[in-house]
Amino acid sequence: MSIFVDSDTRVVVQGITGGEGNFHTEQMIDYGTNVVAGAVPGKGGQEVSGVPVYDTVDGAVEAEDADASVVFVPPAFAGDAVFEALDTGLDLVVAITEGIPTQDMAKVDKRLSEVDTRLIGPNCPGIITPGEAKLGILPGNIFESGNVGLVSRSGTLTYQVVSNLTEKGIGQTTAIGIGGDPIIGTSFVDALAAFEADVDTHAVVMCGEIGGEDEERAARYIAANMDTPVAGFIAGRTAPPGKRMGHAGAIVSGSGTGTAESKITALNDAGVPVGDTPGEVADHVAEFL
Amino acid sequence: MRLHEYQAKEVFADAGVPVPDSRLATTVEEVLDAVGEIGFPAAIKAQVHVGGRGKAGGIKIATDEAEARQYAEEILGMDLKGYEVGKVLVEAGVDFENELYVGITMDRGEGEPVAMVSTEGGVDIESVAEETPERIAREHIDPAFGLHPYQARKAVYGAGIPRDVAGDVASILSTLYDLYESKDASEIEINPVMITADRAVVAADGVMNTDEDALFRQPDLAEMEDEAAGDELEAKANEYGFDYVRLDGNVGIIGNGAGLVMTTLDLVDHYGGAPANFLDIGGGAKAERVANALDMVFADENVDSVVFNIFGGITRGDEVAKGINEALAQFDEIPKRVVVRLAGTNAEAGMEILNTDLVDVEATLGDAVQRAVANAEDAQ
Repeated sequence: MSIFVDSDTRVVVQGITGGEGNFHTEQMIDYGTNVVAGAVPGKGGQEVSGVPVYDTVDGAVEAEDADASVVFVPPAFAGDAVFEALDTGLDLVVAITEGIPTQDMAKVDKRLSEVDTRLIGPNCPGIITPGEAKLGILPGNIFESGNVGLVSRSGTLTYQVVSNLTEKGIGQTTAIGIGGDPIIGTSFVDALAAFEADVDTHAVVMCGEIGGEDEERAARYIAANMDTPVAGFIAGRTAPPGKRMGHAGAIVSGSGTGTAESKITALNDAGVPVGDTPGEVADHVAEFL
Repeated sequence: MRLHEYQAKEVFADAGVPVPDSRLATTVEEVLDAVGEIGFPAAIKAQVHVGGRGKAGGIKIATDEAEARQYAEEILGMDLKGYEVGKVLVEAGVDFENELYVGITMDRGEGEPVAMVSTEGGVDIESVAEETPERIAREHIDPAFGLHPYQARKAVYGAGIPRDVAGDVASILSTLYDLYESKDASEIEINPVMITADRAVVAADGVMNTDEDALFRQPDLAEMEDEAAGDELEAKANEYGFDYVRLDGNVGIIGNGAGLVMTTLDLVDHYGGAPANFLDIGGGAKAERVANALDMVFADENVDSVVFNIFGGITRGDEVAKGINEALAQFDEIPKRVVVRLAGTNAEAGMEILNTDLVDVEATLGDAVQRAVANAEDAQ
């Protein structure tokens, strides 16, 4: 089993004719993802990597019965592209784009509360169910099918932790990058709830980082609602306050909220062991299994 | 991007928020010309990105020309918590009776902006929020509609703002939200708003942080960016398009992806070293970008050794290796030891290309960091 995506997911790629969109569409198809359409305004009728392109998401859904989209649209237009996907009523939208203005995302967030669509991202590597499908830019070859769910705010840190798990022969049910922006769709709590409900997920790794209070909320959720064991990692212990550490959302406020210390304490209090290194996280997971 | 006080006040004044008469000055002579026009008392305020400027000696009130000269000489060129003061704002002193707070920021948890008003102006609002949260009136704002006028009134009455200036303060709050939205601000605040002896309201300070991701549609603000930059190396990073933060250790760090770079910093600390910087080359970097990153870290005189940690997804190990070789080929003698760890996409191809006479190679993140920490100790 898996969460959110599998081999039946029918994907439309928004921005399929751009450099990134084109390259990663091929990668997704190679991995076995069921990419059924592309959507790019003004490019309807073309074909990219054997995939038919439509002018609108609505057109792609009508003709190809797509139920999920991946957004590779540049930041200035990505907010609008996500709105289009939400208003078309897709089940899942995965926004890869980095650098969408926060106020555009605030409007998207408002709309999200009014529709049934799940948004993953933005500014994320996407989601992969090993052996079935990947929606995004994750390098498929490093993932193995298995019993551990993984949720992370960062892409490359996910790859690092996965490689530590692989060394121990531990595979994944599904791995999700939820994104490094201040306002994102799927939160830690949303992903943890889905993993908790998945019978094949026997343990979960959550990789958080400084900024915001999502990890603290996740800790409260774990303590109150989860039987599946969770191991944690928090990046940014050495980050100074007031500086944006790459991700727009990775910033410790001047008053000291959003620190690694606060997140680690909250997770520990919820019974979640937090590794000092990615290798230690894999050790904790191995103990659970 | 954080604007300087004088830049924020320009934006406020253009939008109709009352601000004191002021001039920007970079020399003692300009300060004296300014006080000649403005009169006394006049505040001389250092324009640097440092909190608590007043306590640190960066703000002085001059009551005559001799004092203005003395304070200008003291403040211009002074080192304020690591920043050299190059500009001061010379501003007419305000004879005030009360100090208020108004501000708007993004509430990340709610995904909505929140407007805040308080009678406790002139002090750090964070400590008011902690000690007496009931003294701050808050209104969450639906970004689809903006701040309704009734919400501005509700916040002002809820905070207990004196009735005779309530309308003026509500109007400032509405203007601030218009600016917040139209200028893609991430935070905007006036602390304090002063109520003068004749019951007028004046913005005595101004903070405005703007969303760096929105600068593409804010050409006026993008122009202010150079003037707003703090550190020379951070300005150079802007030019190269790197996410870069300077820290005070001696182990230089280059990697791909924010979370992994932060983790590398943390591991340097974990293994007894001190990180000199955060530098994310981003995804899919080509050789030239890799070489620029090494140049930047070598340019930091605090750096004693460098660790280059790449886990390739869309970044290719062979491109990274090519860039490292190119960057190091230009030196007769490599200025600092570089440890390289490549994993993920095309890592093996990269290891074959990499000139291992010039760099140390490690297979795992932990080993790479420990080697770099040891190299930094040796260099001392």
